[in-house]
Amino acid sequence: MKEDIAVANPEIASNGEPLSVPAADGGLAGKEILRVENLEVEFRFPDSSVTVLAGVNLDVAEGEIVGIVGESGSGKSVTALSIIGLLRPPGIVTGGRIQFCGQNLLELGADEMQAIRGERISMIFQNPRASLNPVFTVGKVLREVLLLHGGLRGGAARMRAAELLADVGLPDPDAVLRRYPHQLSGGMAQRAMIALALASSPQLLLADEPSTALDVTIQYQIIQLLSRLRKDRNLAQIVITHNLGVIAELCDRVAVMYAGAIVEEAPVERLFDETLHPYTKGLLAARARTEGGGELESIPGQVPDMKRRPAGCAFHPRCAFATKICRSESPGLESSSPRHRVACHRWRELI
Amino acid sequence: MTGPLLDVAELGKRYPVRSGMFRYRELVAADKVSLTVSAGKTLALVGESGSGKSTVGRCILRLEKPSSGCVRLEGTDITQLPEPEVRKLRPQMQMVYQEPLESLNPRHPVGKLVAEPLLLHGIVPKPEIKRKVVELFRLVGLGEEHIDRYPHALSGGQQQRVGIARALASNPKLLILDEPTSALDVSVEAQILNLLKDLQKRFQLAYLFISHDLAVVSMLADHVAVLYLGQIVESGPTRDVLTGSYHPYTRALVSATPVDHPRQSKERITLSGEPTSPVEPPAHCRLVPRCPYAQPVCSQSRAELVSVGSNRATRCVRFQREHVDGIWNPSPENL
Repeated sequence: MKEDIAVANPEIASNGEPLSVPAADGGLAGKEILRVENLEVEFRFPDSSVTVLAGVNLDVAEGEIVGIVGESGSGKSVTALSIIGLLRPPGIVTGGRIQFCGQNLLELGADEMQAIRGERISMIFQNPRASLNPVFTVGKVLREVLLLHGGLRGGAARMRAAELLADVGLPDPDAVLRRYPHQLSGGMAQRAMIALALASSPQLLLADEPSTALDVTIQYQIIQLLSRLRKDRNLAQIVITHNLGVIAELCDRVAVMYAGAIVEEAPVERLFDETLHPYTKGLLAARARTEGGGELESIPGQVPDMKRRPAGCAFHPRCAFATKICRSESPGLESSSPRHRVACHRWRELI
Repeated sequence: MTGPLLDVAELGKRYPVRSGMFRYRELVAADKVSLTVSAGKTLALVGESGSGKSTVGRCILRLEKPSSGCVRLEGTDITQLPEPEVRKLRPQMQMVYQEPLESLNPRHPVGKLVAEPLLLHGIVPKPEIKRKVVELFRLVGLGEEHIDRYPHALSGGQQQRVGIARALASNPKLLILDEPTSALDVSVEAQILNLLKDLQKRFQLAYLFISHDLAVVSMLADHVAVLYLGQIVESGPTRDVLTGSYHPYTRALVSATPVDHPRQSKERITLSGEPTSPVEPPAHCRLVPRCPYAQPVCSQSRAELVSVGSNRATRCVRFQREHVDGIWNPSPENL
């Protein structure tokens, strides 16, 4: 089993790329704040273990929104949970580094990690109502966070809480502060969650399917809000989604994950225009589009069960271009251009 | 047969909700919904949560009794039929659900689940059942090896295929598809949508496709009816409605659907806030509190669904008054 694990080429991961990366528009984005190197995660059970992340490399610069797109079981949520230190057994980080502002988060103790989580890195989830404690009002939860992270109490805390709610576009913040989670609609609850995540002015926000459970019109409001937070606060974000439309709306750069590894990574326009990996091409062709109709090109087969990860390239059983090498050797991430990386044996021939 | 297969006229469904010790108010889940679906065609019922689209589907199948209006299947009014009579008609109309795993009994192998309707409705003689099940499995792209598996041992896409096979077992004429792909991964969603298209062509099935995803709707549906708080606010051929919407709510839905490509630019109309309460809704347009084009006239007149041209209709009062040959380009009012 161990030989099958794709380990991205370490030369590429550490070839001394400059710390500041050019932004999508050609200008310079801020300096790098997060760098994930060769992250490996296993799920350990008493009688077996399953590789869930097989060497993930990812970096995020200040004020940059990086999307992670993939289907269920691709490892996108596990990546985020590992970054923020919320991965719980049976999940165990078995290798790699998570450099955040010069510190390897994997080497920190529980207390030190606690200080970073919520203070400098925050996370929001797909189902906001389920992540809010149902027995506390929004105001109580917010005031608690403000006390914990900023030492604010009493009137000052109340004012700051209302300010935060207004900042995420909730009308009548004072009324919302008095409400319990079940009294909020899905969209309001997600805004409240974002306010909570912003309470300590973090540098990095992880958003796991932030708009998936919401109605279309509300989904768009949340996308607009995240986009505004980047502009107003220069807030770096990792947005996890299965929806390429959300990626197209919001992200500067995209990493496509499949079966626990990044198979392609590029600035967003480049990923849509000059797609290299057969899986990414398949995803783009398979999605229903508003302008288009007719037959969809579906990807045959289904996402592999991680317990039976295919040998070689994990995508080969579903890939129309698979050859002998794809079935035996796992491809590492290679740079096709300075900002475009792909893990496919045949990308050169398939362009 | 002439006329549509399914003809729903002024269907209404109201639920009493308690608003005091002895006081009840009415929640209007569906308000005079009229629609038709013909054999071999797909009508999409589009709306957000709480719009009443699933209620309409359930009333058509008589899983719930409508409060008013009538549902005709091939000309027969099924709204007033007694339950045993309705049961006789059920084989003709079947439903496919959003969560395949939740709609399949976990304790039976999936082959048995597909055989169940065959036995129940006496579709084929007993000795033939095994053969028919295999045939149905092939039809939906499953193999014989899947017959003895349990639902949880199948992937999401395979589960939904079983759900479709089960719905097809009774040779229905109408399928009500309630968000059949929204729980599936992108690559699998495309497989299921293609399968549904193939089956429709082969058996001239009529589909009532309930969805909130306009991208999927534009791929599958011939006609669209857009629901907002229990009322149809716009209807017409899919392409026309989605590319040149008459109602601000449809425009907002189209504009909120994510772009297909990062460089695509589209007109953006943002509705403020969230849907208002469906309890005792006003007679005027229900979108007024959220609509960027709302003017005093919108809350002063009744909003009725009015035909525009030969095959489209809209409930927007301003559109009805101001449009010129179906063109109306208002600028948003200062909100």
